[in-house]
Formats: sequence, C-alpha cells, structure tokens
Amino acid sequence: MITSFVLKALDRNIVWVTALLLVIAALVPALNLMTAPDHPLHIPTYIVSLFGKYLTYALLALALDLVWGFCGILSLGHAAFFALGGYAMGMYLMRQIGARGSYGNPLLPDFMVFLNWKELPLFWHGFDMFWFAALMAVLVPGLLAFVFGWFAFRSRVNGVYLSIITQAMTFALLLAFFRNDMGFGGNNGLTDFKDILGYSIQSNGTRSALFAASAIALALSLVITSGIVRSKYGKVLIGVRDAESRTRFLGYRVEHMKLFAFTVSAMMAGVAGALYVPQVGIINPGEFEPANSIEVVIWTAVGGRGTLIGPIVGAILVNGGKSIFTAAFPEFWLFALGGLFVLVTLFLPKGIVGTARQVIERRRDYHKARQAEAARALAAEPQAAE
Amino acid sequence: MNTLASNAKPTSILYLDGVSVSFDGFKALNSLSFVIEPGELRAIIGPNGAGKTTMMDIITGKTRPDEGEVFFKGAVDLTQKDEAEIAQLGIGRKFQKPTVFESHTVWDNLELALNRKRGVFSTLFYRLTAEDKARIEEILSTVRLTNRKDDYAANLSHGQKQWLEIGMLLAQEPELLLVDEPVAGMTDAETTETALLLKEIAKTRSVVVVEHDMGFIRDLGVKVTCLAEGSVLAEGSIDFVSADPKVIENYLGR
Ligand SMILES: Nc1ncnc2c1ncn2[C@@H]1O[C@H](COP(=O)(O)OP(=O)(O)OP(=O)(O)O)[C@@H](O)[C@H]1O
Ligand SMILES: [Mg+2]
Repeated sequence: MITSFVLKALDRNIVWVTALLLVIAALVPALNLMTAPDHPLHIPTYIVSLFGKYLTYALLALALDLVWGFCGILSLGHAAFFALGGYAMGMYLMRQIGARGSYGNPLLPDFMVFLNWKELPLFWHGFDMFWFAALMAVLVPGLLAFVFGWFAFRSRVNGVYLSIITQAMTFALLLAFFRNDMGFGGNNGLTDFKDILGYSIQSNGTRSALFAASAIALALSLVITSGIVRSKYGKVLIGVRDAESRTRFLGYRVEHMKLFAFTVSAMMAGVAGALYVPQVGIINPGEFEPANSIEVVIWTAVGGRGTLIGPIVGAILVNGGKSIFTAAFPEFWLFALGGLFVLVTLFLPKGIVGTARQVIERRRDYHKARQAEAARALAAEPQAAE
Repeated sequence: MNTLASNAKPTSILYLDGVSVSFDGFKALNSLSFVIEPGELRAIIGPNGAGKTTMMDIITGKTRPDEGEVFFKGAVDLTQKDEAEIAQLGIGRKFQKPTVFESHTVWDNLELALNRKRGVFSTLFYRLTAEDKARIEEILSTVRLTNRKDDYAANLSHGQKQWLEIGMLLAQEPELLLVDEPVAGMTDAETTETALLLKEIAKTRSVVVVEHDMGFIRDLGVKVTCLAEGSVLAEGSIDFVSADPKVIENYLGR
C-alpha cells in the first residue's frame, strides 16, 4: 500500500529534484567542513545558514501549494503555522540554555525571571526534551489547522472570505504572542540560544547539520506531497478546486477532503518553522505578521502554483533576490516584491515552472505532429514514384 | 397537506408532496407534487424559470424546501440530508451547464465518479483494480469516448462533455438519475443518440429528464410533466400534455 503510494509519487521531475536535494544535503556540509576557508570550493558558514533558511521557506511554500495549488484554498495565514512550529523549537532551545542565562536561573528562561515569575508555566513543561518539542512543532500547527478548518469548511466558507479569516487568524496570534503574560517572551520573542541536542548552535558542524536536515525534510515532504496529489485523493482535491459542487454531487465529503489537506499542510509548515528558528537564532511575534503569509503566496505564484517544484524554486529565487536587493536598497524591497507579483500575474500566470512545462509540452506536441507528417509523406512517396 | 394520494409513497422511488421554496419572497416552487415510480423514465418540461432546476436542487440537497415532503424510495427523507449523503444514497445529477473536471482526463473523470469508497484514506491508498478498469472501459464505450480517454475533459466538444457527464452518472451507479437539459447545444444526430442512451439507461434505473427540446421529448416517448410557476400544470403523454390549453398558453404557445 505504502510502496505503491510512493512509487506513484515519483515522476521524473520529482525524482530529479529529490535527488538534487539529497545531493546538496551531503555536498554543502562537506564543502563547508572539509575544505579550508581559502579553498575555491569552500562554502562559508553564513552561506550555509542563509540557504538553509531558504530551504525552510521552500518547505513552507510547498506546504501552501498543497492547499492553494491543488485544492484552491488561498490561505493567507500559513506563516502562522510556520511560526508556531518555530515557537515550539524556540521553547526547546530556551530550555537548553539552562543556567547559562544572564540571571543564571537553571529552570526559568531569562524573560520569565525578568517578569518576576517564580515557576515555569505548565505549557513550558516537556520542552526540555527534544522529541517532545519536535512533536509539538508538528502537532500544534496541525491541531490549530484542524480546528480552524473544521469550522471554516463545514460552514462552507470559501474564496475571499476564507482568505480573510486566515489573515484574521494570524493577526490574532500576532497580538496574542506580543503579550508578555502569554509566556512566550512577548515582543522580544525567544533568542540567545546556545545549544541544540547538546551541540553549540553557532558551530559550523551544527549549522551544516541543520542545513542537511532542512534539505532532507524538504525532499521527504516533496515525495509525500507528490504522493498525495497523484493519488485518487489528489484527483478529488483538484476536482474540489475546479468544480466543487460536482465533487459533492458525486458523493465526496468536500469538507473532509479540504480538512485533511489543510492539516497536513499546516504540519509541514510547522516542520519548516522548527528548522528555521535554530538557523536564524530567533523567533518573535513578527513572524505572525499578516504580510509574511502574503509573501509565501508570492513565492508560490512566482515559481508556479500547483506544480510542487515551482514553489520551491520561487521561494529560493525570491528570497535570494530579497537578500541581494535589501542589501542595496532596503526601503524599496516591498515595492519590488509587489511589482514582481503584478508582473508574474500578468505575464507568467502559471509561474516559472508552470510556464516552462507548458513550453516543453508544446514543443513535444509540435515534434509529434512533424513526425506524423513525415511518416505520412513517406507512406505517400511510393505512389508518387509510380 | 395532502395533494397526492399518500398510498403512492411507499412504492415510489421519488415522492414530492406540497414542496414550496421562495427566494427573497419569490416563489420558485409552489406546492409542487409528483411521484416517480421505480424504473420510470419521466420527462419534465416547462418555460424558463418554471422551477425545474430548483426542483432538482431540492431533491439533491442543494436547497432546503420551506415546506413539503421529499422522500426517496418511500422511506428516506431527503430534506434532512446534504449533497454528499444523497449522492451516496444513489441519486445522481447532471447539471444544466455541463460540469466535468476539466483539468482531468476523461478516464480520471470516470474513475472519480466510480461508485467506490469515498473517504480520505480510501482514496489516498486507492488502486485501480481490474474490475474497476473493466467498468470504466465499459462506460467509455457506452458514452462513445473510448478514443478520447486520455484527453483532458477541457478539450472535449460541448456534446462530448454532456456525454462524459452522463458517463460519470453511470459510473456512480445511482438508482435515480436527474438529468437537466442533456441535449442543449447538441446536433440533431447527437440528440437522437442521447435519447437512445437515456432509454437504455432507464431499463435498469429511474430517470428524470428536464428538457426544452420537444423533438427529443417525442423521441423518448414517455410520460411528461409540465411545470409552470413552480407547480405541475399538466401530466400525461406528450400528445395529451401538448393539447392542454393551459400548457399551450403558458409554454408551447409562447
Ligand atoms: N438560488 C436562487 N436565488 C434566487 N433565485 C433563484 C435561485 N434559484 C433559482 N431562482 C429563481 O427561481 C426561478 C426558477 O428557476 P429555475 O432555475 O428552477 O428555472 P428552470 O425551470 O430550471 O428554468 P430554465 O428552463 O431556464 O433552466 C427563477 O426565477 C430563478 O431566478
Ligand atoms: Mg433550469
């Protein structure tokens, strides 16, 4: 059952991209750790972390593609699931600091000591264990998506209305996490991390391992997502996207179909957030900013919605562009991003990968037609010779 | 409310009694009542806005009636169920505007319609069995789309889309088919073929066809119900109904 699911997932492009991700998961750390800094092939650690961050963004965009590209749910709140995963990991990293904080409290993170708290809040328990934090990074976003989706899809909230309430959701979380008494470090969030699994978070080895973990997580999620969208369930999802009522009158429970995709997608976004936080060294409420979720939509659209590979390409390109652009003209980035979105919508509605596919398909059809013509001409020739 | 002989209810496949529904004060259905017998093929005619599509919306759970009874097989109260439940009970519906999954192939359209488990996990791990394959192939040849099975539904002609949708209905294996304007936009030859197809289908299940094309209705040669302003104007053979002065005034004469 599982093997057939995986086999179906693997079309040629997916195999290529998965293999590429696995290769860079091994190669980039090797070039960082095993070459001298003056070696021409050496990859400096800051580049490793920068691209590690892009890979987590790519995973977030891939998660969005599952719901937006294949089910037509334009979620403008996906960064919230990402941030929740990030907070779960951040809580673990805070607990790893232990007595090395400025106040030297072995149990309480600095911000709690500062707030004069005497005891660790209940919901911080368990986060000293990595496996627990990792589990929560998946379960909490998944649970939120499940509850949110349960109500939204059952009451048939669709289209713009759904997008608006996802924005409201992330905005509400933004406000909540800003509050000091929520117990998540308020405005400053969680930072000053020291170790992860006992290894220094700053060390080259850890940075490389986090990069590799991000690449592997992305590869794995790509195979899973591809398996989902190529199964019969995935075909139903596309049916829901294109003709929702037809799916209903065929007897499918549209709300269940949407709920599953939405929950899986939120879980993936949570994993992305959990990998993001140790690489950037901070998580704060700004990650819930509604604009962040909109950016994810732009990466996905630029790369090509509904292509799985497109969102990965889009996330890396746009963020690469952002890193270069913001270094030169920081004030203009938002205008550039907005302009890019408009241009893509107008001139590349299928995004980079979608358009490339279209071109290849057209060429193939053209060649097929030419070949057929040649064959016909050949068949006609003997008669002409008579 | 008892406009019909209640004794028709237990043996009927579809039973509507005193069904009314209004939209913003406009009565789209006004105490509509009729009965379909098991295995019956029934044609429904009536002017634009008579409430024919609304009637189908009520039967399939898309719209809830303000009042009245709707029963399937004499015992199942359809007013209490939603679209998916009603479809799973065995009522299939073809829309007035042909609605197929345009970005899927003809084959996938039929595979999705096939009467199999419809849950998330059963579809996630579904594998095409030899039996399902044979069934899809059979339907393909019934609706004459075998040589287009790998084409995207978007690339079919209007008439072929209508046929694909009928094929999807067949794949659902419903006991009752509701078919809204199946020959709209079809050529005369296609129309004749469609009449034959529907008669063939009606041998094994009940079918309700809404249509404006009087030639097509004659081809069917079955009992006709004429609706106007949300209720039944006349019912009987096509000759009987089209001779009715009220029908001529409200529909045919216009
Ligand atoms: N959801 C709705 N909201 C408001 N009015 C509606 C709705 N559905 C139908 N109506 C109105 O109810 C009346 C009956 O419409 P219906 O579509 O059932 O007619 P019909 O007999 O199928 O006509 P046609 O032959 O044109 O398809 C029309 O006046 C229509 O405008
Ligand atoms: Mg109609």
